[in-house]
Amino acid sequence: MKKNFKIKHYINYIVVAALGILFTVMALTDSFASPLALIQLEKIVIAVLLAVSLSVVVGFLGELSLGHAGFMCVGAYLGGKVSVLLEPVLGNSFPTLLISMAVGGVVAAAFGVIIGLPALRLRGDYLAIVTLAFGEIVRSIFMNSSRETFGGSLGLATPRFDKKYLFMVGFVMVLICLAVIQNMMKSKHGRAITSIRDSEIAARATGINVTKYKLIVFTVSSFFAGIAGVLYSFSNNNVQSTNFSYNYSIEILVMVVLGGMGSINGSIIAATLITFLDIKLQTILTGNLAVLQDFIYAIVLILIVIYNNAPGLKNFREKYNLQSLINKIAKGMQNPAKRRDDEAKWHRVPTKIEIDEVLSTKIQRDPTTSIKPDKGGND
Amino acid sequence: MEILETLINGLSIGGTYAMIALGYTMVYGIAKMLNFAHGDVIMVGGYTIYVVMAQTGYPLIGLAAAILFCMILGVTVEKLAYKPLRGASPLAVLITAIGVSYLLQSTAQMIFGSSPKMVTLLDLGNVKLGSLKIQWNVIITLIASFVIMLILTLFVKYTRTGRAMVAVSEDKGAAQLMGINSNAIITLTFAIGSALAACAGFFMLMKSPSLSNTMGAMPGIKAFTAAVIGGIGSIPGAMLGGILIGIVEAVSYKITVIAPYTDAIEFLILIIILLVKPSGILGKKRREKV
Amino acid sequence: MSKTVLKIENLGITFGGLKAVQHLNLEVKEKQLYGLVGPNGAGKTTVFNMLTGVYKPTEGQFFLDGENLTGKSQELINHKGIARTFQNIRLFNNMSVINNVLVGLHNQPEFKCGFFTSVFRFPRHFKAEKAMRERAKEILRIVGLEEERNNLSCNLPYGKQRKLEIARALATNPKLLLLDEPAAGMNPQETADLMSIVRHIRDEYNMTILLIEHDMKFVSGLCDEVTVLNFGTVLAQGETKTALNDPEVVKAYIGG
Repeated sequence: MKKNFKIKHYINYIVVAALGILFTVMALTDSFASPLALIQLEKIVIAVLLAVSLSVVVGFLGELSLGHAGFMCVGAYLGGKVSVLLEPVLGNSFPTLLISMAVGGVVAAAFGVIIGLPALRLRGDYLAIVTLAFGEIVRSIFMNSSRETFGGSLGLATPRFDKKYLFMVGFVMVLICLAVIQNMMKSKHGRAITSIRDSEIAARATGINVTKYKLIVFTVSSFFAGIAGVLYSFSNNNVQSTNFSYNYSIEILVMVVLGGMGSINGSIIAATLITFLDIKLQTILTGNLAVLQDFIYAIVLILIVIYNNAPGLKNFREKYNLQSLINKIAKGMQNPAKRRDDEAKWHRVPTKIEIDEVLSTKIQRDPTTSIKPDKGGND
Repeated sequence: MEILETLINGLSIGGTYAMIALGYTMVYGIAKMLNFAHGDVIMVGGYTIYVVMAQTGYPLIGLAAAILFCMILGVTVEKLAYKPLRGASPLAVLITAIGVSYLLQSTAQMIFGSSPKMVTLLDLGNVKLGSLKIQWNVIITLIASFVIMLILTLFVKYTRTGRAMVAVSEDKGAAQLMGINSNAIITLTFAIGSALAACAGFFMLMKSPSLSNTMGAMPGIKAFTAAVIGGIGSIPGAMLGGILIGIVEAVSYKITVIAPYTDAIEFLILIIILLVKPSGILGKKRREKV
Repeated sequence: MSKTVLKIENLGITFGGLKAVQHLNLEVKEKQLYGLVGPNGAGKTTVFNMLTGVYKPTEGQFFLDGENLTGKSQELINHKGIARTFQNIRLFNNMSVINNVLVGLHNQPEFKCGFFTSVFRFPRHFKAEKAMRERAKEILRIVGLEEERNNLSCNLPYGKQRKLEIARALATNPKLLLLDEPAAGMNPQETADLMSIVRHIRDEYNMTILLIEHDMKFVSGLCDEVTVLNFGTVLAQGETKTALNDPEVVKAYIGG
């Protein structure tokens, strides 16, 4: 029993690691159909990092950040710049990548602290708008930078990492990110964070240092967004500020919401699926149809949020949810013949004897109940 | 003279922002939600004008059609997307509103494509007052927006319905006990807000004739900034905030060094206001009951 | 004579011209069960809000074990030893019952475990977690919720939610426990049950308790001393029976 429990806790690490190893073997033996596959893998890994790091803020702290692309932007530009500076010294190598990631992540984390400060005074809609404003300010600063510093409106030309294993580094970063965030959430610190989400007033009254935990959440979240940004700059030849507009933040948010707020594994799956679909649909949907995808995401987003949150749908939700669907399917798979029997039974009007039988068994189980079998059995 | 020109330009931009901000502030005051999709209603209004103009050639018919269509759209969105979430967490409502914004933008792009459309509404040239040279469009926008704001203020102050709106924004429950149909009031608020957004779309097209599916997003956020500066929930506050933001924008565009940073400056003002005085200039401070 | 745990001196607060509470003086002794009663809107909860740092008093001060805590932050006041429950229940709804109590144990020095200790899963983390769980179960046993520790707190019935709030407050190891209408919405059986729990907490933990309650049976059955408030001022103060039978108090309640 206890052992099963443990595997359940680590299943996501195992899956991510297994996939990482599988792809690594494929890459090393050149068994990918096209070299593009590597870039696509990198894209997916970056999206997963972004979604998981955003889900800490949205799902666990319960605050909406619309500036996640801003943190990524900081990471991408700073990491990209460091790699440009280091390339003549260390070459396009692993140390260059590591140093760039460290710098990009740490600077993004510092910005996380800065944006965490307003979060101490503001909540909900106001905080969402402040994070959005922050992201746009950051973008505007990079956009208007001089040609020599960050490339201005032309973007920063960065060296694309020329080794195959960039996506492996990405997988390792996802594992680290998972470890940090899951360990944090499954500890007293994680409980403190979710308590702030559920009731900030009660959390304060219970002695939780709300300031400290909000800052921690924003710092951790923006650190990994920064790392994702650095990976992005190594995956592309160019870092363009226009790519980090708040629309991109919203795309990440869509992943988190579709994956189920507060579920890290859900975020991973949603990020993977959406990015995968993006890549696949790019070639199929062209022209004006390209937005069909956005259109569908928008509708799915609205429906999911309404389904999960509408007060009027509480009963509906309890009756029709994923868990009950899974149970139903599992039951159906167990014994299809029996299910047909059960269904047939329900379509038939029950006889009095059957009703008596049901009621009397209930009475046997619960002697305090006062219903008499003959009373309930009368039609 | 250049200063005066900039100022009048600022007032005119500000008038447009104020009209959008009114939509935000009224919805926020009454439905207690940030309607993130409000900016995109401007865009829908713009496209409606474009379609009707192509058919009839009369800008004013376009405007009327846009107002009508946006009102229907606003009310429909409220009924389908926001009403089921009344009483849910603000986070859920905000995410839904973001979804609606996304939906409107992608729908428009599916129908009209991603390349900008051109609409020339009225080109009346410039008016010369001494050495002052101002576009007629600017003056029309300025006057029209102030007239609309005046009508709205009078409506809220002196009609039964207007006072009912104030009552619902103060205390929805109590207003309902007094026999006010708060659902009807919320619907009306969305209708008015959307109509104002359609007008704002008209003015924006007068200023620059290019039409795209994201044209409403940035002005929407800036107008929200304006609503916050003025004090969210306050109608005069939204006007004041809109005009302030308009003037900041016009002045900032005039100064070469900071012109590219105009958006950033406006956002910085937003952050500072929210940190220093979240209730805005004319807003009331509310205390959470413990 | 036992020592004074809470001493309130001339405490008052004004909200934009409205004097919600004024000239409040009271002393709560160690292990005392002290009642704060009064009609609706008398300012009872406002007093609790001042004592826990939600509101900053505009006049006067209060001391816990002789230490002035007036106007301190909510967190600090809790660290110093004042814990409370809420009139309109404020549990961590999407967390399990035991997690609610574990949040209460967060700051206890014996379960100290830093952020990085947890993130890197040093052995100390596991030790602290295990000890915290044991303690949390113990506290839940006192209020009779041990069986339901893994349920979501929002699925508990009303009466049990109130008990869980008490458990959470208790977990912060306070010197003074503030209970805001603990028996509201409970049936007579649950109320009687709660009375014995409150007494048990007082005896077992040597707890000093200040409580707000409308149920006069509850107050007179439990409290040694009361303060009666009306419109923010003290109507009567002293031994429970005498204070509650004071003609002014009767007038305030029945009107006339």
